[in-house]
Amino acid sequence: MEQAIFEERRDQIHRKGEGPFELACNRDSLAGAVSQRACVFCGSRVVLYPIADALHLVHGPIGCAVYTWDIRGALSSGPELHRLSFSTDLQEKDVIFGGEKKLKAALLELIERHKPNAAFVYATCIVGIIGDDVAAVCRDVAAQTGIPVIPVQSEGFKGNKREGYAAACKAMFTLAGTGDTKDISPVSVNILGDFNLAGEIWIIREYFEKMGVQVVANITGDGRVADIKRCHGAGLNVVQCSGATMELAKMMQDKFGTPFLRVSYLGIEDMADSLYAVADHFRDRDPGIVARTQKLVREELSTLLPELKKYRKDLEGKKVAVYVGGAFKAFSLIKAFRHLGMQVVLVGSQTGTKEDYEELATICDPGTVIVDDSNPLELSKFVKELDVDLFVGGVKERPIAHKLGVGFCDHNHERKEALEGFVGMLNFAKEVHASATSPVWRFVPRREAAAKALAAAENTPLAAGESL
Amino acid sequence: MSDSPYVSTTNACKLCTPLGAALAFRGIEGAIPFLHGSQGCATYMRRYIISHFREPMDIASSALGEKQAVFGGGPNLKKGILNVMSKYGATVVGVATTCLTETIGDDVPRLLAEFRKEFGDLPLPEIVSVSTPSYSGTHMEGWHAAVAALAGQLVKEKAPAERRVNVMPGLVSPADLRHLKDILADFGVAGTILPDISDSMDRPALLDYEKLPAGGTTLADIRAMSGALGSIEWGRADHVAESAGTNLERRFGVKNIRVGLPVGIRETDAFFEALTELTGVPTPARYANERGRLVDAYVDGHKYVAGKRAIVYGEEDMVIAMVAFLAEIGVKPILAATGATCKNFKASLAAVTEGILPEPPEAREGVDFHDIAEQAETLAPDILVGHSKGYRYARDMNVPLLRVGFPIHDRFGGPRMRHVGYGGALELFDRLVNLFLERKQDDSAVGYGYL
Repeated sequence: MEQAIFEERRDQIHRKGEGPFELACNRDSLAGAVSQRACVFCGSRVVLYPIADALHLVHGPIGCAVYTWDIRGALSSGPELHRLSFSTDLQEKDVIFGGEKKLKAALLELIERHKPNAAFVYATCIVGIIGDDVAAVCRDVAAQTGIPVIPVQSEGFKGNKREGYAAACKAMFTLAGTGDTKDISPVSVNILGDFNLAGEIWIIREYFEKMGVQVVANITGDGRVADIKRCHGAGLNVVQCSGATMELAKMMQDKFGTPFLRVSYLGIEDMADSLYAVADHFRDRDPGIVARTQKLVREELSTLLPELKKYRKDLEGKKVAVYVGGAFKAFSLIKAFRHLGMQVVLVGSQTGTKEDYEELATICDPGTVIVDDSNPLELSKFVKELDVDLFVGGVKERPIAHKLGVGFCDHNHERKEALEGFVGMLNFAKEVHASATSPVWRFVPRREAAAKALAAAENTPLAAGESL
Repeated sequence: MSDSPYVSTTNACKLCTPLGAALAFRGIEGAIPFLHGSQGCATYMRRYIISHFREPMDIASSALGEKQAVFGGGPNLKKGILNVMSKYGATVVGVATTCLTETIGDDVPRLLAEFRKEFGDLPLPEIVSVSTPSYSGTHMEGWHAAVAALAGQLVKEKAPAERRVNVMPGLVSPADLRHLKDILADFGVAGTILPDISDSMDRPALLDYEKLPAGGTTLADIRAMSGALGSIEWGRADHVAESAGTNLERRFGVKNIRVGLPVGIRETDAFFEALTELTGVPTPARYANERGRLVDAYVDGHKYVAGKRAIVYGEEDMVIAMVAFLAEIGVKPILAATGATCKNFKASLAAVTEGILPEPPEAREGVDFHDIAEQAETLAPDILVGHSKGYRYARDMNVPLLRVGFPIHDRFGGPRMRHVGYGGALELFDRLVNLFLERKQDDSAVGYGYL
């Protein structure tokens, strides 16, 4: 069993209750360990991708663009430029002679064709190596076309996803502060770190509307360039998925004095707490807001809670493994599973920070295994050892769960179900229920064997003198 | 040369080179694909491949960081191989390079020679390496280069002669490969299918999680290739300077026969003829019957598909094979497009349509979906034929999509789709006819329940 764990990774795994909490993280992935992580480019791409009226041009060989073509459920209420995959498709001769000319020609061609409101140019691994001056090309094209053309320094090898988030935030920060802020109410927010998967940001916006809070910019789900340009006019930044957009919130606080709040729209308490925190922030400017928020939460819960009960009775006592990209999601999931009577026994993330893991260790139950930057061998080992019934993760974790006869809930960016908000909690319960209670698991050899062993044990009469 | 008039690429009709190599290495028993490059490449490709096969697809990476990109990736490569040896127990490590390591100039064969020397006291796995810079070629070049590297590096001496046939099938589905195995068994010969993803990428539910999926071409079968009666390579398109079959022919005198991807009657006939030529065994009755049923189905269904105009896109060999199939059932392929550039693409399209179509479909290489869609505006197609990535275009054009090849990301059961042999063509034909029937039924105000 222990064989599944690399010596070098032992300190990236902790079992709550076994010694003082300490977890190594934020390290380079171990060579040969089949990390579930992606790269810097991936981090930038996921953050900026949902800006729907911008051109997203990937400067590099074809792979980086083609593997990120329309794979996420980030919806737009208007333009859908983000769903196209643009690349300079660098060839051998470009690598030898430089790709700047091709980049410029591609930008001019695409801007002419699509008339975007801004263009993001993603630098991939080899761009830095061959020495293309992406920033200079961007300046040049911006001057020629009159739209912001923004370089994103996302060379894949320069770290992991977190560096990519930072690069994306820097890119967006060049837009902030350049738009007109008139007509912005003092009671207003920017929604940071929500990507409108399956329309989730629309659920959250509706809550804010009911509370009387104006939403200035979606950053970035269903995002628009013009909104981001004027986002400095908002009274508050509400920041979800803190790893991805926290950098932007901090930069905005420094430059524009915009305060920020960390929120989460997953689960019941976190959703309600987030709305209350926003209401609390604005209570001086809008005394009625707290009451309106309470009413909203009450109404939502009065429909949600009875519905949840139906699912809970089948799910009570089941065990869950959670392995996600950023750790913030895991906090909310642990709490959300408690509402379903389920216990999280394994929790981990690709890119959690020290603070993230400390917080995780505080809220999870004793015995829970916490892992940083894990891999299929470790995850499968723990799923078996902890006798997990349901796994929450993304596409790469799904076969691990299924091969072991374990239910699966897709909580990644590819998902097509809205899981945020109160209605999202219900969808989440439905999804978990659908997988965890399916009759198919009984046929999976590992489950079949366990059931047989149990039946055999129950039918074995107690030997003389033995007692229960 | 690319036929696209544009500099930029929009919605590429190809994947990058190392993906093909990684997938091919997965078809070797006990092998782990290993990408020498940044961590992201392995992860992106895993996600892409898993979404099609719905199977675990572990690809190790040397996970280079900034320091290694400057000072060279050798230490990470070596450490990574040691790690996959110890944790995966891999007996073969298939190392493919990426754009990063090619650009920084890592000399992988030299690094591997050093590695073998340095760790000669350990039980080392076979390490096969292939150069797959993603700025050169497509996933299919990566696939074929990996297959050539496997044959070139693992087959070291002439094996005892035996009644064995080597087949290099290219990228076809696990179901296709299972069919191929049946065919070889029915011909009464041993076979080396290189590579063989039929088991490794379509595993049954099992008691435990397999670190490395069972199945795949065994090392013994690979080494036996040099003593085979001959090799048959599927796919008319030229991909690499020296293919696996040509390599074995040059070094060991193993006769190599290249046939098209055997889709449809004529291309399958050619494959069976090649088998007969090598083994002296006539086509077994089972396949003569299958062929008969296919002809019967063609006849029964011909009017439903007659004169329909098809746009075919994807990797070269699949496109050529589909054009061969469509032409012989009376569909008119009007555009054959690929993201790859390929010396003999146009000539191959002409060859598979000769004598049936007055002229071959227009062939375009090096194009993306923007190019294809632009041209489609004037073509009035009735159907698109290709992988899942054409779905949005089919939807915009309001025509059905016959899903074939890889990737199938928007339907269930991609690995179980069949294309090759008479049986594969029969399934394709059924699906195609039914697409047209369904369209007719859905579009009809009458609601026919009897067609």
